[in-house]
Amino acid sequence: MSVAAIQMRNVTKVFSDPKRGRELLTIDNISLTVERNDFFCLLGPSGCGKSTLLNIIAGFEKTTSGEVLVEGVRVEKPGSDRGMVFQQPTLMPWLTVWENVAFHLRLKGIRKSERRARAQEYIDLVGLQGFENHHPSELSGGMNQRVGIARALLMNPSVILMDEPFAALDAQTKLEMQEELVSIWERHRCTVVFVTHSVEEALFLGNKIAVMTARPGRIRELLSFDLPRPRDITCLPFNDVKRQVLALIREEASRRIAA
Amino acid sequence: MSLAIDTAKAAARRPWFPRLGLQAERLVVPALLLAGWEVFARTGYLPPALLPAPSVVVRAWLDWMFAIDESTQSYAGRWASDALASAFRVLSGFAIAGALGVSLGVAIGWWRLAEKTLEPTLQILRPIPPVSWIPLAIIWFGIANRPAIFLVFLATFFPVLMNTIHGVKTVDRNLIRAGAMMGATERQLLHYIVVPAALPSIFAGLRIAIGVAWMVTVTAEMVAVKSGLGYTLWDSYYFLRYDIVLAAMASIGLLGFLSDLLLKTVMGIVLRWQRTTTVQGREA
Repeated sequence: MSVAAIQMRNVTKVFSDPKRGRELLTIDNISLTVERNDFFCLLGPSGCGKSTLLNIIAGFEKTTSGEVLVEGVRVEKPGSDRGMVFQQPTLMPWLTVWENVAFHLRLKGIRKSERRARAQEYIDLVGLQGFENHHPSELSGGMNQRVGIARALLMNPSVILMDEPFAALDAQTKLEMQEELVSIWERHRCTVVFVTHSVEEALFLGNKIAVMTARPGRIRELLSFDLPRPRDITCLPFNDVKRQVLALIREEASRRIAA
Repeated sequence: MSLAIDTAKAAARRPWFPRLGLQAERLVVPALLLAGWEVFARTGYLPPALLPAPSVVVRAWLDWMFAIDESTQSYAGRWASDALASAFRVLSGFAIAGALGVSLGVAIGWWRLAEKTLEPTLQILRPIPPVSWIPLAIIWFGIANRPAIFLVFLATFFPVLMNTIHGVKTVDRNLIRAGAMMGATERQLLHYIVVPAALPSIFAGLRIAIGVAWMVTVTAEMVAVKSGLGYTLWDSYYFLRYDIVLAAMASIGLLGFLSDLLLKTVMGIVLRWQRTTTVQGREA
C-alpha cells in the first residue's frame, strides 16, 4: 500500500485576536495531497496563509478543524520526521557548523565521532567543506541557509518543509541556491514542500505548484509542471506557464479589489 | 607632506603603542588620585589619624600582610588568613546563589506555573536589605561562617535570578521551534537551547553578583565572626586605626576586581561564539 507523503484534509485555521475581539480566517478548508518525491511549491502573496499552512504541517500550529497526515500519521506536534528550513537560518549561534548540522544526533545521544562523520557527509552535500568549525556569525546568509538545509537533510525526514528559505538572499546567491537545491533533490530523492511568493522560483523548482488566493487562503489552482531540468527560465514553455500563473494571480487580485 | 610625516610617526610608534600604551592608560587615573590624596594628606588640613596618606596606608597594609614592623599590632601578618576567610564566605555565598538563582530563574522564565507561584514571593523578599536579616541569620545559623555566607547569598541571589529570568524569556522562539523540529524533548530544549541562549544574560547577572558579594563582606562580618577583611575593617575602626580601615577597603576592592576579572575571563571563553557579533569583539 502506498501512502501519500502528506495529506491535508479540510484544513481550516482561525486566529483569534482577543485584544481586538475578532477572529481572522487565515486558511479556509484546504485539502491537498503531496505525493512522495514531489517538489511541491505553495505559491501565494504575502499574508495568504502559506507559511501558516507549512507551520501546521510542521506541527508548530494546530488546525482549527481538519487534519494533516504525514506518511499516514496524524500530525500532533513537531517532530524529526518533518525537517524544516526556516526563512531565517535559525541556527544555534553558539554551535559550530558541524555541531549545528549534527544537532539532531546529539539529541539522540549519539557519540561525538559518529556525529562528526555523519555531519561531514551533509556538509559535503551542501558544499560547505572547510567551514566545519566556523560559527554561524562568521558565515554569509547563503552559507547559513546551506547549514539549515544540511541540518534538515541529516534527519532523513519523510518531508522537507521550506519556508521562503531564499527570500533574504541576493539575486545571484538565490539562483545558485535554487539550482543546488534542485540537484540535491534529484540526487537525494526526497519530498519537498516549498513556500514562496515568487512565481519564477516556484516554476523553477516545483513539479507541482499550488497557487493560493489572498486571505483567507484557499487553493486557487493546482498545476503539474514537468518541464525537464535544468530549467531554462527564459525558454518559451517556461514563459507560457509563467504567463498563465501571472494571469491567475492578476485575476485573483482584481477580484479582491472588486469585492 | 605633514600627513606623510604623521603616518610615518604612527608607523614607528605602532609596535609598542598598543600593548604598553594601553596598559599605561589604565594606570593614569589611579596614579593621579593617589598622588592628589598624598599631597592633600601631607598639607595637614585634616589630622593624619583621620586621613592617613596613601604611603601610611601602604605601610600598615604591608605590616598587616607580612608583619614587617608590628605597627598594626594584633593584626600584623594576618592579612592572608583574613583575605582567605572573606574569600571563602564570599565564594560560598556566591556559589549557592549562582546555582539556585540560575535554576530557579530558568524555571520561572520557562514555566508559567513556576512564575505565578514563585515570583510574587521572591519579588517581596527582594527589596528587604540583606543587613536586616542579621538578627534572623544569627538565631538560625548561630555564629561563625554560616550567617555570613547566608548574607552574601541573600545579596547575590537576586541579581542572578533576575538576569536569568530575563535571559530565558528573551530566547528566540524560532530556536525553540528548530529544536522541537529536530525532536528535542522539553528537558533537551532547556539543556541544549534555552540555557546556552540565556548564558549572556546569566553571566551579566553573575558579574553583578560577584561585585555585590564583596560589597556585603563588611556587613556579613560585622557580627558573628572574628576574622576576615570586613571584620578587621570594623574592628580597627574601634581603635581609630584609619590606616587599617583604608587598607581593608583597598583589599576588598582589589579582591573584588580580581574575582570579576576571573569571571570575565571564564565568560570570554564560554561566550567565544559571540565575539564576532558584538561590540565587545572589537577589543580582540
